[in-house]
Amino acid sequence: MLPILLALTMVEIASGLVLGTFEDVLLQYPSLLVLVPVTIGTAGNLGSILASRLSTAFHLGTLSFDPGDEELVGNALATVALAMTVFPAVGVGAWVLTAGLGGTQLPLLTVFLVALASGVSLAVLAVAVALAATYGAYRFGLDPDDVVIPVVTNLCDVLGVLVLFASVRVFV
Amino acid sequence: MGVREVLVDAYREALPALGASLVGGLLAGVVLGGMRAELRALPGLLVLVPALLATRGNVYSSLGARIATGLHQGLVEPRVRGGDERLRGAVVAALANGVLASLFASVVAFAALSVLGEPVAPLRALVGVALVAGLLSGTALTVVVVTVVFAGYRRGRNPDTLVGPLVTTTGDVFGTLFLLVAVRTVLALGLGGGG
Repeated sequence: MLPILLALTMVEIASGLVLGTFEDVLLQYPSLLVLVPVTIGTAGNLGSILASRLSTAFHLGTLSFDPGDEELVGNALATVALAMTVFPAVGVGAWVLTAGLGGTQLPLLTVFLVALASGVSLAVLAVAVALAATYGAYRFGLDPDDVVIPVVTNLCDVLGVLVLFASVRVFV
Repeated sequence: MGVREVLVDAYREALPALGASLVGGLLAGVVLGGMRAELRALPGLLVLVPALLATRGNVYSSLGARIATGLHQGLVEPRVRGGDERLRGAVVAALANGVLASLFASVVAFAALSVLGEPVAPLRALVGVALVAGLLSGTALTVVVVTVVFAGYRRGRNPDTLVGPLVTTTGDVFGTLFLLVAVRTVLALGLGGGG
């Protein structure tokens, strides 16, 4: 397990370096800093839930890699629907919780938009990553459960930081 | 199954786990938001945060999955006392992996920031934070994972479905809380180097 763990750690440090490039903005607005763990965590979860469902369907033989596959389309749409449910709550939650932290408070709408935009983009990216990783495991004969889930979770963590960075650039 | 059924089924199954991890993530965010002074005092600490949080998730969800498999196969008894050898082995391996990956992360972060010419705290400060945070959060997470998985199993719950949401929820909270403890400890010991 250790070699994979160290490789994933390197990937996470790369996302940390991206986080470091907008450290000033994050330290200025605590509501954005509050968004960091929850955005990363939710992105990883969306990806890993989808990947584990696809892997199971694949093991059961009910999944085919065809754009018209019902299992595939239904799961992909559910991921986007989940993001659209959860991320508005993330934005409002982060704004409410930072009321007590001091620092400069951003308008509620800004935090809400940063969270929602990040969430929807992340859902689309998570679908792409989970599909590519499940397909890759299938092509190379790897057990999807062993390989796909850690890879997808950590890649989605990184994408979480990148997307948050982009949303902050656009809305703040 | 049609697209609609798959969609509804996938949505219903995932929402509770996502909701739980959302609460954990927001609490972790509040801790991080309250750590601004420490983040300023130790440049490079923020770069470490994703790696440290991800390590908790990777290592302790794998520990939980191992224990769950052991329980299903009847190889592990759902009792903490009795010193089961397999259980002890899995716990020690998880702690070792978690601490090693954290130390590795601190060294890589320091090296990367130095190469990029970015301001960075002394190596001993970042290594100290990674060590203390890795040990404390690892111990706390081990206790939570083992206790909850055993308790759930004895009450007839499937340990496999408990592990994921449990680790993602408690991992972020413990990860940031013990990060704060670790940073305060390192700063109190004067390892911050004064810039």
